[in-house]
Order: sequence, then C-alpha cells, then structure tokens
Amino acid sequence: MASGVKPRVKVPKTAAAGEAITIKTLISHKMESGQRKDKEGNVIPRSIINRFTCEFNGESVIDVTMEPAISTNPYFEFEATVPEAGEFKFTWYDDDGDVYDTAKKVAIG
Amino acid sequence: MDFTRRETLALGAGAALLTVLPFRVQAAADEAIAAFTGGADVGEGGIELTAPEIAENGNTVPISVSAPGAASIMVLATGNPTPGVATFNFGAGAASQAASTRIRLAGTQDVVAIAKMADGSFVKAASTIKVTIGGCGG
Repeated sequence: MASGVKPRVKVPKTAAAGEAITIKTLISHKMESGQRKDKEGNVIPRSIINRFTCEFNGESVIDVTMEPAISTNPYFEFEATVPEAGEFKFTWYDDDGDVYDTAKKVAIG
Repeated sequence: MDFTRRETLALGAGAALLTVLPFRVQAAADEAIAAFTGGADVGEGGIELTAPEIAENGNTVPISVSAPGAASIMVLATGNPTPGVATFNFGAGAASQAASTRIRLAGTQDVVAIAKMADGSFVKAASTIKVTIGGCGG
C-alpha cells in the first residue's frame, strides 16, 4: 500500500538542554494482518509496516519491530532526551519495500 | 434427548479439539519467548505492563510498557493466531524505557511483556484483558 500513507508526528518545537520530551507518532496504514478473508473466502494477503525507527542527530532513540497484531494506523508514544538542538528522524518500513519518513527539528530554548 | 453413536463421537472429538487448541497457541507463545530469551530464566518485577481490564473492541487496545534499564521489550499476545505483537529496542537517545501503542487482540487472553535488561537478565509481566469483540476479522 503505497497510496494514502501519511505520517504524523508530534514533537515540541523547543526543549531545554537535556530535557526528556514525549513524542507521539501516527501513520495512516491499513495494516492488513493476513488473517482476514474477503467475501469469497480468500485470505487477504498480509500488508503491514514491519519496522519503525526514530533517530535524533543520527543516534537511535527507539527501534520497533512490528507484527500483524499492531492496530490499523500504528500509533507510538515514547520519550526522548534532547541533549542539543537537532532533528528527529522518523522512518517506517513497509512490507512491500516502501519506506516512509519524516523529520522534526527541535530548538533549545 | 437421545444421542446417536455418530453424535456422541462428534461431541467427543469436538471436546478433545477444544482442550488441545489452547495448548498449541501456548506452545507458539513459549517458542517466541524462548527465541527472545535464549532459554534464560525470566524473573518478575522491574517491568510494568499497563493495559485495560476490559477492551470493548479488540481491534485497538491501548497498552503501554515500561521497564527502567531495559535494552528491549517484547510484547506477546498469547491468545492471538500469531503471538508476536512488537519488540521495542531502546537506543541511547531514549529518555525512558517506556512506550505506548495500540494492538489487536483476537479474544480474551493474557498479554505478556518481557524485558531484556542491560545486564542481560530478563523480567516479565502479564495482564489479562477481556475482549468483547475480537480484532481478527472473519
């Protein structure tokens, strides 16, 4: 599923140096589990996002391996430390090889 | 109500199947745990799994896991067709070893979280969630 995938990320614009901030991410994706059947009784093939990573200035914050049991429109909330101004990079990896990414800048202030 | 020989046999077979099925699912969950821990002992405490007691819709059940000092946390739904849910690997930039997400549950079951601590030990927490409508579709 390459169409209609829209990542949404909530990161504070500014943070104090060394502060722990909460990051919320959501990406629209149907996350077909491979368990459901269509009207004719055929199994709908699995199509999910299988990995999500978040990096800050190249340093890993979180790396999540996802299975079909993650809900539609995968949502994650976690905390990151901001030692200096920089950029958070978020990446989602789809089963079909697509990679979706977005980035958010954080200033110290 | 009289049972014919055929009906009695069918009932017996059905009952036998019902007792066998949970064990097969449990075996899959045990295998996933063994693959994660490498057969090491799993202790208790030091990890928290927050989940609702009753989930009306099994399609989106909010859960959060927290294990201070963990390198990674694996979440398993023992009653799902495939027990794996997610594995969180925390990097140096993580402020706390905690995360929240939404998961699918096929029915009422135990959800298990296992954390691999920085020193290589393992701890786990489990929570029973009652599910009104399963989240695996027809």
